Amino acid sequence: MKKIFPLVLLFMVSIGVFDASAQCKGFAKKICKAALEPYIHDGNFHAAVLTEGEEAELYKTFYSDTEYRIAVCGSEQLPKIEFKVVDANNTVLYSNKDHNYATTWDFRLSASQQLKIVVKVLTSSTNVENVQSGCVAIMFGFKESK
Amino acid sequence: MKSFKLFAFILLSLIWVLNGCNSCGSKKAPEVKVDVDEELMENINQAKKIFYSLPSPLETAMLIKTAGATYNEKLLNPLSNVSNYTTSKSMALNLGIYTTDLSFASLFDQTQTAINYMQAAKKLANGLGILDAIDNKTIQRLEENVNNRDVIMDIISETFMSTSSFLKENDRTAIASIVLVGGWIEGLYIGTSLIDPNNLKDNKLVERVIDQKLSLDIVLKLLEENKNNPDVASVYVEMNELKKIFDKIEIKTSKIEAVTDKSTNVTTLKATSKQVVTPEVFKELTEKIRSIRSNFIM
Repeated sequence: MKKIFPLVLLFMVSIGVFDASAQCKGFAKKICKAALEPYIHDGNFHAAVLTEGEEAELYKTFYSDTEYRIAVCGSEQLPKIEFKVVDANNTVLYSNKDHNYATTWDFRLSASQQLKIVVKVLTSSTNVENVQSGCVAIMFGFKESK
Repeated sequence: MKSFKLFAFILLSLIWVLNGCNSCGSKKAPEVKVDVDEELMENINQAKKIFYSLPSPLETAMLIKTAGATYNEKLLNPLSNVSNYTTSKSMALNLGIYTTDLSFASLFDQTQTAINYMQAAKKLANGLGILDAIDNKTIQRLEENVNNRDVIMDIISETFMSTSSFLKENDRTAIASIVLVGGWIEGLYIGTSLIDPNNLKDNKLVERVIDQKLSLDIVLKLLEENKNNPDVASVYVEMNELKKIFDKIEIKTSKIEAVTDKSTNVTTLKATSKQVVTPEVFKELTEKIRSIRSNFIM
């Protein structure tokens, strides 16, 4: 019996994560896409179920003469989400930690660059028995730079 | 004892599935609450999800337009080709290609063309088993908003999001990556086709095409994630051939300085960039893109 319980637990967790993942789109569409306005959503969809303390990275090329908005949104039950934008040399260009954990950042570039967005779900408590998981979405909007 | 274990397993699984389904229709964001030990917690903290984001067909079309492209319908993949696409690979590639084409047409207010291309994209999405991403309502909304470019762009962005999320949620990331590559190559094809090879200097469109060297790196990483899929593997080979030519082009970029305009709250990432390309290499690049695109549309 001892052997079967880890299997059951694994199955239950995987079903739960799959179910949550399927709902990520609805969350991203309702909450995160709205945060992009008045920018035009590029149509890409990056979302995953993350647990407190977990990190995600996203690589994207951003082009000159375009103005971008990054929106990073997490489910209600999650603690604050930190996001940083770093260049190819790992220099931090922006951290929302310095801006009261803002969920969006607007920027333009004078030269096209490949940048990395590092997202981390903060840990709300030390009680490991109450670790929360939830959907985290990273979305981009753009408009022609003036 | 064995049958008891099996019974317990099935019972617990059923309870969990039923419990999960209670929240299927709920608007509440997903929540998974589990008890974990410290070792597991440590593993969770070390886990890292990595995303590679390519320009979407809509962004690709916008990048070409803002670089000074003019509209030429002859450059789009003919609609009559749609019936040729019967394999998953050809349907995925051309779903991306048609989506870039319809985005390009809509940015130039060629709404009827965009609607026609959306119909073709719908056919390919249906062929790939992508349910409800593009339906008759989508076409109807496009028809009702022919004079409203913002709404048209929103519809395009939404259908693309529905398509890619459907594929990702159904563990079909290989197909999703092929769709993106198809759309990206179409952008390169339209861009290079509009460039006069005798006028490369101070040409924004040339700069935009060369900038794609930065995205090619992401294309390869995206495909590497699904390289065991034979369709992805063949696309990967072609992208690697393209890389060999892009490698002959040099992009030098200075250190980035972030400056925020306090009145608009928009940050400018200031840097200078120098692109070094010979006319011969640019010609080689144009020909390679043409050949890849030709293979894609068959």
